[in-house]
Amino acid sequence: MQKEILRTIENVEIYPLISLIIFVLFFIGMFWWVVRVDQKYIDHMKQLPMNEEHQKTSDHETNKN
Amino acid sequence: MSGVTLEKFSYDNKIVKYFGAATLIWGLAGMLIGVLAATQLFLPEANLGNPYTTYGRIRPLHTNAVIFAFVGNAIFAGIYYSMPRLLKAPMWNKTLSWFNFWGWQLIILSAVITLPLGLTTSKEYAELEWPIDIAIAVVWVSFGANMIGTLLTRREKHMYVAIWFYLASFVTIAVLHIFNSLALPVSFFKSYSAYAGVQDALVQWWYGHNAVAFFLTTPFLGLMYYFLPKAANRPVYSYKLSIVHFWSLIFIYIWAGPHHLLYTALPEWAQVLGVAFSVMLIAPSWGGMVNGLLTLRGAWDKVRVDPVLKFMVVAVTAYGMATFEGPLLSLKSVNAIAHYTDWIVAHVHIGGLGWNGFLTFGMLYWLWPRMWKTNLYSVRLANTHFWLGTLGILFYALPMYVAALTQSLMWKEFSDMGRLAYPNFLETVIQIVPMYMLRAIGGLLYLSGAIIMVYNLIKTAGQGIFVEEEMDEAPALAKYQSQAGEYWHRAWERKPIFFTLMATVAILIGGIVEIIPTILVKSNVPTISSVQPYTPLELQGRDLYIANGCVGCHSQMIRPFRSETERYGEYSKAGEFVYDRPFLWGSKRTGPDLHRIGGKYPDSWHYHHMVDPRSMSPGSLMPPYPWMSTNTLSHDDIGAKIRTLQKLGVPYPEGYDEIARADLEKQADQVVENLKGAGIEVAPNSEVVALIAYLQRLGTDINKETADLPIR
Ligand code: HEC
Repeated sequence: MQKEILRTIENVEIYPLISLIIFVLFFIGMFWWVVRVDQKYIDHMKQLPMNEEHQKTSDHETNKN
Repeated sequence: MSGVTLEKFSYDNKIVKYFGAATLIWGLAGMLIGVLAATQLFLPEANLGNPYTTYGRIRPLHTNAVIFAFVGNAIFAGIYYSMPRLLKAPMWNKTLSWFNFWGWQLIILSAVITLPLGLTTSKEYAELEWPIDIAIAVVWVSFGANMIGTLLTRREKHMYVAIWFYLASFVTIAVLHIFNSLALPVSFFKSYSAYAGVQDALVQWWYGHNAVAFFLTTPFLGLMYYFLPKAANRPVYSYKLSIVHFWSLIFIYIWAGPHHLLYTALPEWAQVLGVAFSVMLIAPSWGGMVNGLLTLRGAWDKVRVDPVLKFMVVAVTAYGMATFEGPLLSLKSVNAIAHYTDWIVAHVHIGGLGWNGFLTFGMLYWLWPRMWKTNLYSVRLANTHFWLGTLGILFYALPMYVAALTQSLMWKEFSDMGRLAYPNFLETVIQIVPMYMLRAIGGLLYLSGAIIMVYNLIKTAGQGIFVEEEMDEAPALAKYQSQAGEYWHRAWERKPIFFTLMATVAILIGGIVEIIPTILVKSNVPTISSVQPYTPLELQGRDLYIANGCVGCHSQMIRPFRSETERYGEYSKAGEFVYDRPFLWGSKRTGPDLHRIGGKYPDSWHYHHMVDPRSMSPGSLMPPYPWMSTNTLSHDDIGAKIRTLQKLGVPYPEGYDEIARADLEKQADQVVENLKGAGIEVAPNSEVVALIAYLQRLGTDINKETADLPIR
């Protein structure tokens, strides 16, 4: 019965294949970017949540790194 | 940065306070309703003897209150606090902020009213009817517009990873909500799903799973990446890891929905795809958890004394547990045991109580003293809350695991004679009643902790002075513009939009590959020729079944296992559901499967069972529905219902809406006649008559000759 359903779509075999290709390309692209990305950018980003220290209202010990 | 002119601006704390307070209020309400639902499962009297508070209606009220009201308001509170600070700009538009706030509370209020009234689509976590769905879409888009506007007016060039998570959540929930809610209205409070049967199931679980992913997970990961470093006072362990975490999570999550439908009538390839992607999910999820926990490296001495960090550590650990368990549950062999049992209930509560609850608590304990410029009123009370909450989670989850394994094994056990060892379903329920009691105690512990928190936060606010607008200053982003020229300025401005588009593409790829083939399947053409549309009376009965949330306890999907076919009958076929709008496969078997209930008992059995389940099944936990024998239906809407279904492609004959009423009355008279034979007097337009007609029809079509079809 399941084959019967699938027969109504032409070339259903192509779907898993497309998924796999998109998937592999996506991850290669992402890792390629992450490995090459500028370390200065990473350091800057890391500090973003910590950079609010000049607010006068903040009463927890501040971290000046 | 010396020599640069600084612009002064302020952050709006008032909106954060309002969202935070809403989280507290709805949180208590949602948990209280949860405790009520838990109690109903061992004490049917707790259904309180009226339709509005029966389990079938209370359960969706609980899930909606907790997901959309408690967690939803926490998300907004956290985002409205962190986003402006990360971007060095106030939220773009205050009117939109307040529209977001009041709109969201009104939506929740309408859920609190409509769900107990039985106005529901019955699709899990998407129960609200179409007018409310439209309101949700409008408010959600206003929230998104406010975020994007803030990005365009930001003073910080780069978007911190938390904001990536916020944006992806916004986009994905918008897409999911709109596609899953597509329906054709019959009236202001009733609609029929645009999808039927297998299609509807696939779209629903594509939505349902991703609601968990993009409402309960990704926004909270954003909050984790902001509030955990803040609370620990050290930057996130690895920013690169958080990038990988983000992209792989949103890319993989969207494919995993079909794991909710293993062994069902869903096509095999979709099931396989769902399993594969679910298993892969463990990698990014654990990457995120490790990143969170390692952020605390060298700060564990602080964790021991600071309740904020304690809550956050348990939250992140619970995230790790739930995301380990999720892929495990997606494996077909594990799923065969766990599906339909309390294992799934335990699983979601590890996520809900542990991850969402504890992260919210940690965040609120951190926010309140800061916004009121004071210290937490009582660290000791916060620690008490922490231990009560942790005990609550344990008392909730452990009994549920025991209950699930016990019951599942009983369902599947065969005697030496080759028969079911426990042919009476109820026996397997009564066995786990003590576990249900323990679970309610767990819920109660968790709730009492939350009450202590509310007291503590009120006291904290009382001893401080609320800072409504927090001042800050930063150089304008426009400075870069003059250096790099017009072109770059515009490229930067477009970047957040471009980024949002990329995230959308990532989630759409998974969605399209998964959904399109199923949409292409011509499910409106019956693959089983004897399967016919419901008669008008059965349709009314079905809508009662929906309105009363019977789907919360009963599945209608018999899996192809011997233990199931032996118990319930022939396993369910995709072609049998082509007229089911919405599908009612269910996800939890507190009661037995009902797909082959048709013809199993005489009408009189159902009558007595609905009025008082324990008269037919001593010890039953099913709520009694005595009013169904006296409440009547006007049936005035049947013509409109038939016409709506015709528009959706259900092949009722041309002009059938005109004569449907007569057909309905004829069938009702027949049921009344049958009941009279058993000495029961009931009006033909009473609710129970329609419900019996529906129950007796269920699952019987495949045995029929095409000749004796109800509608020709
Ligand atoms: C709290 C969970 C719960 C809800 C809600 C619930 N039921 Fe039940 N139901 C049960 C349990 C448990 C049983 C098994 C014991 C029994 O026969 O009463 C059962 C049994 C049944 C049976 C008999 C099945 C069989 O094969 O013997 C029918 C029919 C039924 N329920 C219909 C309904 C309908 C219709 C509704 C909605 C109006 C409903 N139930 C709501 C828990 C529930």
